[in-house]
Amino acid sequence: MKKIEAVIKPFKLDEVKNALTKIGIQGMTVTEVKGFGRQRGHTEVYRGAEYKIDFLPKIKIELITPEEMVLQVIETIERTSKTGKIGDGKIFVSPIDEVIRIRTGERGKDAI
Amino acid sequence: MKVDTGDTAWIFISSALVMLMTPGLALFYGGMVRSKNVLGTIMQSFIALGVITIQWVLYGYSLAFGPDIGHVIGGLNWIGLRGVGLEPFPDYSATVPHQAFMIFQMMFAVITPALITGAIAERFKFKTYLVFLILWATFVYDPLAHWVWGVGGWIRNLGALDFAGGLVVHVSSGVAALAAALTVGKRKGYGDEPMPPHNLTMTLLGAALLWFGWFGFNGGSAVASGGLATNAFVVTHISTASAALSWMMVEWAYRGNPTVLGAASGAVAGLVAITPASGFVGPVSAILIGLAAGVACYFAINLKNRLGYDDSLDVVGVHGVGGTWGALATGLFASKAINPSGNDGLFFGNLSLVGIQALSVISAWIYSFTVTLIILKILDLTMGLRVSEEHEISGLDISQHGEAGYSF
Repeated sequence: MKKIEAVIKPFKLDEVKNALTKIGIQGMTVTEVKGFGRQRGHTEVYRGAEYKIDFLPKIKIELITPEEMVLQVIETIERTSKTGKIGDGKIFVSPIDEVIRIRTGERGKDAI
Repeated sequence: MKVDTGDTAWIFISSALVMLMTPGLALFYGGMVRSKNVLGTIMQSFIALGVITIQWVLYGYSLAFGPDIGHVIGGLNWIGLRGVGLEPFPDYSATVPHQAFMIFQMMFAVITPALITGAIAERFKFKTYLVFLILWATFVYDPLAHWVWGVGGWIRNLGALDFAGGLVVHVSSGVAALAAALTVGKRKGYGDEPMPPHNLTMTLLGAALLWFGWFGFNGGSAVASGGLATNAFVVTHISTASAALSWMMVEWAYRGNPTVLGAASGAVAGLVAITPASGFVGPVSAILIGLAAGVACYFAINLKNRLGYDDSLDVVGVHGVGGTWGALATGLFASKAINPSGNDGLFFGNLSLVGIQALSVISAWIYSFTVTLIILKILDLTMGLRVSEEHEISGLDISQHGEAGYSF
């Protein structure tokens, strides 16, 4: 099992979620986050005072998937969240030791 | 003297409209601070409704409008509103009960010190603020109101025109704000860390409430319902619309964005500038006064960033500069065709009014700046002006009031 974390542009969330549901992903966790990469931040001006805003708002999607679906999930997120402009975000993949469904006590793949 | 029911009804409505401006100001300012200070900022305006109301009833009204002593202050004859009754009082309100005039004026006394709080936002100690409110109302607002509006007041005797409080409300608070920003000092981290407004929707709502209430502020200053009130109502709206546009445009040209904060600030600048002129100028003059106010105040607030003092919410730039422009503009655009009991300004062939207006502005600047500085120095030595560094970091909401504006 793998955990896939994707940091994406906020307005892409619906598109990504719909595409993931379509390929059979049944659950995910979404967080509003802030951060920067190579895009860095931007400047805002309030009554003449300039503020450099380093952290830009992004959405982080987390989902757990069995090994055989990892490539398909990554491909789906890449395809749907891409605008081609700087600031599209990143996808992180990491191994997961165990998953437990609290209600039933199921373990492993069955609990995803 | 017979009470006119129409006039009296309009003064009641106007009093209620001006009352609403203080919570409007609270929201206008509240949106511009960081979220940890939203309650502290709102409270500084809101509590003025409590403190100044009592001060005004006990002796403030008497100092401002009571029987003249030496052209500088009213006597204490009307302490506790003794003798301020339900009959009209010809000197101030020939067709309206004296108490109605008193409560209308009370709302002006409430909002004026609240305006200053924008200059000291995010760092002032609440306990000291309460004392400051009383001292400032007693030693700055009440005397100045007497000079300009009280029968026998020396600025009134000069022939200076201030229809609804350009000097008494806006120049006085704008200049006091400068003295306060200089005495209190900058916010911790000012210039190094970003301090952007936390909720501009709140600020816009506040600006809209100010605009709404200002119809009572200027329209009610006719102390009657009729032609003069209509003129004040109409030119107030025109100037405000013009200044909202001109600030937005000039900021768009210089900074690339037509900002909401700019449009809201412009509207307030237009309201401030037309205040002294509203009973003396016509519609086209109001457009010019408003357009110039938006541009002048925009450049004034930019100047602050260069001069380096932390007038956090731009009271000096908007009320000091806007009020000064409005007072001078009254000397330019006033016309007897609009108000026969006023005077003609420069553009209507009378040079002398500009000089009188300038003298009244300079007097208000010097008086308000000096006395505010003295009050704050005394408070600094006795009670302390600022919250501790730790409290400034944690925010006024928790440290001064034990509450949070937003709980998620």
